[in-house]
Amino acid sequence: MQEKLFGKTLEELTTLTENLGLPSYSARQISEWLYKKEVSSIDEMTNLSKKARAQLSASFDLGTSLPVDVTESVDGTKKYLFRAQNEKYIETAYIPEEKRNTVCVSSQVGCKMGCLFCMTGKQGFQGNLTAGEIINQYRSISEWKALTNIVYMGMGEPLDNLTEVLKSLQILTAQWGFALSPRRITVSTIGITPAMLQFLDQSEAHLAVSLHTPFDEERRKLMPVQQVYPLKEVLKEIRSWDFGRQRRVSFEYILFKGFNDSPAHVNELARILQGIRCRINLIRFHPIPDTPLESPNEAAIKRFRDKLIAKGITTTIRASRGQDIWAACGLLSTKKMTQKE
Amino acid sequence: MVAGHNHKLSPVIVDFTEELSDGIYLFGFRRNFDFIAGQVLGIALEENGPRRLYSICSGEDEAHTKILYNVIDEGYLTPRLSDLEAGDTLWITEPRGEFTDNLNPAVWIATGTGIAPFYAMLKSGLGSNKTLIHGNRFLEQFHFYDEFEAVLGENYIRCCSGEHDERVYHGRVTGFLEEEPELDPSLKYYLCGNAEMVVETRDILIQKGVPFHQIISEIYF
Repeated sequence: MQEKLFGKTLEELTTLTENLGLPSYSARQISEWLYKKEVSSIDEMTNLSKKARAQLSASFDLGTSLPVDVTESVDGTKKYLFRAQNEKYIETAYIPEEKRNTVCVSSQVGCKMGCLFCMTGKQGFQGNLTAGEIINQYRSISEWKALTNIVYMGMGEPLDNLTEVLKSLQILTAQWGFALSPRRITVSTIGITPAMLQFLDQSEAHLAVSLHTPFDEERRKLMPVQQVYPLKEVLKEIRSWDFGRQRRVSFEYILFKGFNDSPAHVNELARILQGIRCRINLIRFHPIPDTPLESPNEAAIKRFRDKLIAKGITTTIRASRGQDIWAACGLLSTKKMTQKE
Repeated sequence: MVAGHNHKLSPVIVDFTEELSDGIYLFGFRRNFDFIAGQVLGIALEENGPRRLYSICSGEDEAHTKILYNVIDEGYLTPRLSDLEAGDTLWITEPRGEFTDNLNPAVWIATGTGIAPFYAMLKSGLGSNKTLIHGNRFLEQFHFYDEFEAVLGENYIRCCSGEHDERVYHGRVTGFLEEEPELDPSLKYYLCGNAEMVVETRDILIQKGVPFHQIISEIYF
């Protein structure tokens, strides 16, 4: 299989063109074709000489790939399936809203974090996506020019694939790349502390942390990561990090009926988040097969939100989208994988 | 690399290293810290090099801290660890982690080198009222068989998927659990292994009536 150009940084393209004996300016020309223009083959890079294009084509493939399937919800949400390695699939969600259009990208094939409430974990872990495979999910959907926001909240734990995720962020935000504002990008993590610190240091994108309960013992039952990277340590590092005026940290909180939705949870959240300028994003739980967890009703979700707001915490409820097309992460690709097996 | 305060690395000298079976290694270094059985260490080959977490595989009071691992060919660290020799320097973090047990009865479930935290617990005096279900592909991979059986007796259950032996359940840990007529929902169930095994096992336990809050998992990240 040929190496892919899409997903290479300017530095990598410079090395590559030097090795091929191409002029020094050709790396920047290639990056413009890859990340600023629309081409479907190396041969369309017309400001490169014919010889250069032939040399490139001999060793490289353009590297973009179209989705193999798309399902559209009645609310306009789309779920794209892209083929990944080993005949597995990754999911990408396109979520149109009144004032913004978001793409939710995957960072791994499957996941090894094993969170109790997550469907992706049931696939096991098949591998990391490359930076090219990550940004291809942004570039290769038909709505890409209308996208305003990118969230790394699809399949996989982004900070378990830190090198490729950082590289993808570099390509998305660099002037020679897609030149997107990092303030339009959010990376979500369950809280792998050392990788989170590296991400904060080497990127300007927003951070979202999956919190789900403020109590250590409860979090251990939901999220095995709590055994080695406890929430209190994650919060301690966030509290001491200078996020500046523009960069945002938010906490994701899936509500589970009778488990993490009590007044005691509100009080403890207010206590542990004291001093952190943040927002809590409440998420409705969409039950997965065989789960012991349930979602509270709408009234209970709103009551929980109002209590947090009364404690001075900015709190929103994430709109549920694409429920008719299995849009929650991991559902569709697991279904597809099961069909194949 | 940016590292939080308790992720800083300190050097240790490797005292011994041994290949226990094909691709499975144990190495040790002199212990100069306290830890709780079940905790992990971050290990790196250089002070600023990539690190990975490994469960400690020795008792709380032993003179040496031991680490059990299997070589992942495509991995970064384990192929290099397998080249270690006595006298080499490694870098470790402080011990950390909350995958710890107590003296209450419980069920331990492990596959492969996921046995390490349970061996640490056994060697720290926590084995007397436990059941251990351990899965491996080959019989030679049950490295601590004698020591577990001496304490747990019939409550040490080996599941071997690749070889037959009359003293061993033939199949995977998940197969064994599926065939169990009932599981005690009042016990704690500790799971350690790869993500797939942990997720599958957890689903089976829940289907068999074990409340999810009784299940504590540690996954190799």
